[in-house]
Amino acid sequence: MHRCLKLPVALALILSAGTAAAADKPETLTIGITGFLSGPASVFGEPARAASEILLDDLNRAGGIGGVPVTAIWVDEGAGGEHVLSEYRRLVQDVGVDAMFASISSGNCKKVAPLAEDLRILNIMWDCGTQKIFEENSYRYVFRTQANATPEMLSTLLYLLKTRPDFETIAVVNQDYAWGRDSWHIFSTALRRLKPGVRVVAELFPKFGAPDFSTEISRLLALRPDVILSTSWGGDLDNFVRQSVQRGLTERSTFVLPLMESSLQRIGPDMPEGVIVGGRGDHYFLHPEFRDDDAFAAFVERYHAATGEYPIYPVFHIAQALAALQGAYERAIAGNDGAWPDREQVVDAMEGLEFRGLGRTVRIRDDHQGVEDQMIGVTRRDPAYGFAVMDHMMIFPGAEITTPAGMDSTAWLENLPESILEIPVETYRHAE
Amino acid sequence: MDPILLVLATLDGIAYAALVFLVAVGLTLIFGVMRILNVAHGGFYAIGAYAAASLVLSVSGADLNPWLTFPALLVAAGAVGAVLGLVIERGLLRHIYAKEEVLQLLVTFAAFMILEDVQRLVWGVQPYAATDPVRLLGTVEVMGIPYNAYQIILLPAIALLVLVGLRWFLRHTLSGKVITAVTEDRETAITVGIDARRVFTITFVIGAVLASLGGALASPTTAIQLGLGAEMIVLSFAVVATAGLGQVEGAALAALLIGLGRSFAVYLVPELDVLIPYMIMVLVLLVRPQGLFAVAEKRRI
Repeated sequence: MHRCLKLPVALALILSAGTAAAADKPETLTIGITGFLSGPASVFGEPARAASEILLDDLNRAGGIGGVPVTAIWVDEGAGGEHVLSEYRRLVQDVGVDAMFASISSGNCKKVAPLAEDLRILNIMWDCGTQKIFEENSYRYVFRTQANATPEMLSTLLYLLKTRPDFETIAVVNQDYAWGRDSWHIFSTALRRLKPGVRVVAELFPKFGAPDFSTEISRLLALRPDVILSTSWGGDLDNFVRQSVQRGLTERSTFVLPLMESSLQRIGPDMPEGVIVGGRGDHYFLHPEFRDDDAFAAFVERYHAATGEYPIYPVFHIAQALAALQGAYERAIAGNDGAWPDREQVVDAMEGLEFRGLGRTVRIRDDHQGVEDQMIGVTRRDPAYGFAVMDHMMIFPGAEITTPAGMDSTAWLENLPESILEIPVETYRHAE
Repeated sequence: MDPILLVLATLDGIAYAALVFLVAVGLTLIFGVMRILNVAHGGFYAIGAYAAASLVLSVSGADLNPWLTFPALLVAAGAVGAVLGLVIERGLLRHIYAKEEVLQLLVTFAAFMILEDVQRLVWGVQPYAATDPVRLLGTVEVMGIPYNAYQIILLPAIALLVLVGLRWFLRHTLSGKVITAVTEDRETAITVGIDARRVFTITFVIGAVLASLGGALASPTTAIQLGLGAEMIVLSFAVVATAGLGQVEGAALAALLIGLGRSFAVYLVPELDVLIPYMIMVLVLLVRPQGLFAVAEKRRI
């Protein structure tokens, strides 16, 4: 008899403890982050991880989020999509993380989004670029704390049209996978609309990870296009740029490289001047508006001391994801009369949130897409650095160049108003 | 096709084929003698490339004569090939010669993956570039198009040298003749007193040195990054299978065929660029299942 009583009593105790905990502050807030820590894309994952350690350290020193310290658990996307999905489940269901940041790969973002809905877990897409996620579906639990491929490509094209309006021919050399194909689709759709007479003289999609572009470069040398676009990144971009420089291709054609910000330090002094470059947002360690800001400069210095490098765009992306999480919790706490919010309240607080990472303020739209300004510039040498820096930077307002919520990017780009060429941009020179 | 483009595509194809040949010839040599398809070959290639890049960078950084980067490439290739070749052959393969072929394949695949992790541990994830040798040799203009002398003169010359040297070694030196004997008929060779184990070691080390030489010579032309070895081993398999396993001269012709096929594809049908090497392989194997140059196996009863 005595024994029979014990179980229900224990159960009742556990259950009441459970309901009480929902209102109590947890000991820690745990986030799961997926990113490439192996494979070619680890050039993005490793810097982001290094940055997350510094940022979390700073955050926790300052009291964490609402007095609760934050810890992160990283999952390697390099181990494959299946691994990411099973680790995602494990982190949410067994470890009990409070939020997920996933992921770098657009393919993984597409897989993870429906899973986040099933598991009812706040998922911040912290780096992936595909514009299709919120154009094809709508989600309650999934948000993106940066721009997507459409404003990234459109700002690049607008910069080109503003600074080199007279080009007649263009060639593209992109990696042969979803990003390489999709980014060219966006760029060329907008190009046909805004400058209809331009001739596309070559569309080359070398294999992802191709070590040698000699043949492509010979062909481009013979074709002499006015402009050469490449949205490649990592070792592929390094190779394409270095091999083009060696063979004089960069002297014959204007290069447009929207992800070059992440390769500038590796290419070093070989980088020619006058190449149009970007970093997927207003991400730049010498951001003209913030470089003299104390917190910004202190972070750049700490990052440089820890890694020997200056931060690149995925560092800024992870900073934005953390800033958004912090912003959402603080907003939810405030809306909950200072009491610790439950998870649904935090998800509610993400909608319409404005936050600032290490760049300009980003706003989360109704469709959960972040509206982020885009900075594009041209390379220039500065003896203070062993690599090329950006000059003549233009910052494009995100609201004007992002596909309106509820619209499909292709349809929007095909009918872009001419007035988009006249949107106001701030221009900055490199300060030595 | 414009005759100018014809010349350009041919030059690109030859430069590409030269590198592929260096890797494929080691693979085919090892298979000919040991009947092992050595997947770890891709690891030798990648580590040869990493080691060469490191050595070239330290020579460039040390204020020495920049032309010393050329011997640095060779030293790195020789050291990596000899050490890794000996360790893998003595430590691993020696114990599984009597086992099934599938098992041998899996063991070399495991060695390949271990070597990938070694690269990660030693060199990290950021791409390396050591381009001084390419810069030093400069460019040559062919019909108004600048080419790297390193790629269209030096690489094909070295590939040719290796081909001629290997032919001479296999036909005119005692060690070479012994290797040829084991390739053609292992049982008889052992019966007449040839020490097959020694031949295996020598062959494997030569093959490993050729693979790391390929990597070392490729290193000035490209960024060395993770995944480099996998890329090369797959392509080398295509070359070796097209030529017929164990065929040294065949590997040279198949590499040329595949190199030219690929570069012409970039000019004419760029969408097929990735596919061409494998399409050539499939077409050849459909007509000649043993490969272009394989001699029919004698049936043994």
